Amino acid sequence: MQEMINRAKELLSDGTVNRVLGWRRGDMSYNPEPSYFETAEDLDANFVYNGFCGANLSKYMIEGSKLEGKTLVFLKPCDSYSFNQLIAEHRVDRDKAYIIGVGCMGKLSFEKIKEQGVKGITNITIDDANENITVETLYGEKTLAYKDCMLERCHVCKGKEHQIFDETIGESRDTKDADRFAEVEKIEAMSPEEKFAFFQNELSRCIRCNACRNVCPACSCRKCVFDSTKFDSAQKANVDSFEERMFHIIRAFHVAGRCTDCGECSRVCPQGIPLHLFNRKFIKDIDEFYGEFQAGVDPEAKSPLTSFTFNDVEPGVTGGRR
Amino acid sequence: MSDTCHCHDNYVKDVLIPQVGVITDIREETPDVKTFRVNAPEGGKLFEHMPGQCAMLCAPGVSEGMFSITSSPTNKEYQEFSIKKCGQLTDYLHSLEVGDEITVRGPYGNHFPVEDKLKGKNLLFIAGGIGLAPLRSVINYVLDNRSDYGTVDILYGSRSKDDLVQLKEIQDVWMKTEGVNVYLTIDREQEGWDGHVGFVPAYLKELGFDTNKTALLCGPPIMIKFCLASLIEMGFSKEQVYTTLELRMKCGIGKCGRCNIGSKYVCKDGPVFRCDEIDELPNEY
Amino acid sequence: MFKIAKSKLPELLKAIAAQQELFLPVNNNGQVNFAAWFEGCNADIETLKTVKSPKDMFFPQSETLYTVKKEQHKLSVEPQALADQNFVAFGMKACDIQGIKVLDKVFLAEPVDTFYRARREHGTIVALACHEPEESCFCKVFGVDCAEPDADVVMWNANDTLYWKAVTDKGTALTEALSGVLENADAADEKAVETEQENIRAIVEKLPYTNLSLEGWNGNVTEEKFNSPVWEKLYKPCLACGTCTFVCPTCQCYDIKDYDTGHGIQRYRCWDSCMYSDFTMMAHGNNRTSQMQRFRQRFMHKLVYFPANNDGMYSCVGCGRCVEKCPSSLNIVKVIKAFEKEAANHE
Repeated sequence: MQEMINRAKELLSDGTVNRVLGWRRGDMSYNPEPSYFETAEDLDANFVYNGFCGANLSKYMIEGSKLEGKTLVFLKPCDSYSFNQLIAEHRVDRDKAYIIGVGCMGKLSFEKIKEQGVKGITNITIDDANENITVETLYGEKTLAYKDCMLERCHVCKGKEHQIFDETIGESRDTKDADRFAEVEKIEAMSPEEKFAFFQNELSRCIRCNACRNVCPACSCRKCVFDSTKFDSAQKANVDSFEERMFHIIRAFHVAGRCTDCGECSRVCPQGIPLHLFNRKFIKDIDEFYGEFQAGVDPEAKSPLTSFTFNDVEPGVTGGRR
Repeated sequence: MSDTCHCHDNYVKDVLIPQVGVITDIREETPDVKTFRVNAPEGGKLFEHMPGQCAMLCAPGVSEGMFSITSSPTNKEYQEFSIKKCGQLTDYLHSLEVGDEITVRGPYGNHFPVEDKLKGKNLLFIAGGIGLAPLRSVINYVLDNRSDYGTVDILYGSRSKDDLVQLKEIQDVWMKTEGVNVYLTIDREQEGWDGHVGFVPAYLKELGFDTNKTALLCGPPIMIKFCLASLIEMGFSKEQVYTTLELRMKCGIGKCGRCNIGSKYVCKDGPVFRCDEIDELPNEY
Repeated sequence: MFKIAKSKLPELLKAIAAQQELFLPVNNNGQVNFAAWFEGCNADIETLKTVKSPKDMFFPQSETLYTVKKEQHKLSVEPQALADQNFVAFGMKACDIQGIKVLDKVFLAEPVDTFYRARREHGTIVALACHEPEESCFCKVFGVDCAEPDADVVMWNANDTLYWKAVTDKGTALTEALSGVLENADAADEKAVETEQENIRAIVEKLPYTNLSLEGWNGNVTEEKFNSPVWEKLYKPCLACGTCTFVCPTCQCYDIKDYDTGHGIQRYRCWDSCMYSDFTMMAHGNNRTSQMQRFRQRFMHKLVYFPANNDGMYSCVGCGRCVEKCPSSLNIVKVIKAFEKEAANHE
């Protein structure tokens, strides 16, 4: 972290960048927030980077690209896919960003920590090897395995490599210990009735807070169709099961082929809905129908859903998968 | 279950539940403003109101919106709304015909203080465009209770002569009433117009009214801003000037939160504000 | 006072449900929210905070107000029937009850919201003292005592026992109807409750936010706070979602919209959020065009405007849901602290 602060101060003072986009220390161990820094003093006092900095800063660079001068942005390996995809969609300006790829040891989930019976957290310390976290609480101390507290997305990590950067700082760790499509396959194996029941149960909790949409780097429309006052199908109410039937599915269709599987939707859902499953199903299908494709690897690459080749599967064919 | 409680047998119907109103007359005022006359289906008025108050008109399935009641409370037969075509709901309302029904709830908001603070005062009405709608209610109320008020001056301006709302009433009634002075102006020269040409705030200064008046000001925000500046320059104090604010409203009863600025709800605590009261609000209108 | 062994909770719930409709915290795939009881439901009274506050028992996320039928030119309006069945809200916490008191100030003020009033009149609140308060809790800052909630019935959860005290007539009526399952408590039980209360209050003193200061928020501070440069710095991480609004026990802004059922137009109201860009949008403009303005509005309303209209009552109850749920880790505590810091810098 100190290396990041030092480098940020250098780049600020030599005028390479006008500001730094990173994470600001919270008032609890677990709640740093995405934030801009403009002075060395502010960086020294408040900049933080640790296991709780899960927020993907790529989306903030849409606004960041409109600011005067360059912004230094810290991107974790998985965040860098989103940045590339936003370049492909002309939503961020590469020349306005100075990208430092930062290492990642896997990011922690407050929910996962709480699920392990932790209450009244007063402090959390992460050991140097990122093997364990020690949680001090009002009701005693507990040591938890780092791995058991990680976000779902880290268990299916796309890898330690940054897809775009000007320089890198810090080491990453391979945290992948599960198959990315295992959950999707489980659902595919369900009968239609079981599938419907599964999603209905999960989506019945949706409160239409739009956190998934607003955090999503692929949801970068200036004005969302669901925010139109002229569009009257329950833009914010949970009425007539719209949430269960339509909203998330429409969103998944809209980001299909562009979603990098950054997992932010599931991280921010206040109701713990595994929203990434929709997107991952599309990714799996795209891989099977059109050959393996990972959005955000190459900003010049053509998305399989917006380009045609003679090898493409016929629309509507779901039987003869490759 | 049949043994339901009776604890709200005496409840009044919720204020959010509208009445049905039938359109009994439509006047085309200008190319984009129509005045709709609304009655209860069984005849008569839907409710009583005070000058400056508003009502929520709804075309079910389209939208609902707040409109000021342009007719005077002294009119015992109907209510009128002058509506400018500027969006989904107003487009729809403009497509309606006599005999069509809409839903109406209200009246909502406060009103111009015709019963106390304005009584006995010399009144100066300043309106621009569709901004005449709320003031017309006051003007006709004042004319119908002529002895309660002092002099009446009406300054009304619009983009062109075709955009002057209620021109017939202005010419046939207001201009012919004793002790009432009407000054009309349009923004640009136009064939067939031999009246004053120029913006309202400039004309206001040109006319240079005596400060022994209370001003009632309504129109586009930019006109309000410059007219207020003109008035201050002429020696008026903000306590002498009333105007109306317009924000998005949904409930009309100060609960849904949309029109909240500072500790005020424009739908309930407004729309009528004295200009010194507006100064106390955060600058968000 | 009465009591019942915690192991008999299912029997207690069944007995209540036999009397009245029952809503209680239910765990659905790891997420606990208030929901209607059913036989075999996964009732969870141990999780301190439900994801959503229980406000939707009184002010549902969406509800039909009336239906309009159209025949040729003729319209007819059919108001939605008011709630007319008694129900029990089981397991509400002290902060959430304070939240209902805030909603009362809005919906029971003239003109009364009859839909809300009907639910309030038909609801019996069975509160549960907070056995183990958590770090995000700061109800004490708003004068709430989570060891002694203000409700029709209060329960304490200690020693594998639920202690039950009826407080109001409604609470007594419910208690009498449950005489078959509740046992009489004795002096030792009274003592156990006192001990539990002492334990709770001792923990509350140690909570990190308990001494949060509201100094500088009361009185006529609209202009000073509204124009502060702090907002411009604070709002930046805000994603403009409605999470804070929708999990909040006091947020009550709503929208009124149409739903075409195919055989009539249902006019319904639903929760809305001042954080949404279309909240104040009109046909000819928007008076809050930036997210900074919308962000500021939410906190100014809770900490300045609402108290100004309601004898100093804040419309935050310190439940801490926004602390736990904001995707960007922004919350009202950070806002209050930022202003405190700003004030200190000026001295």
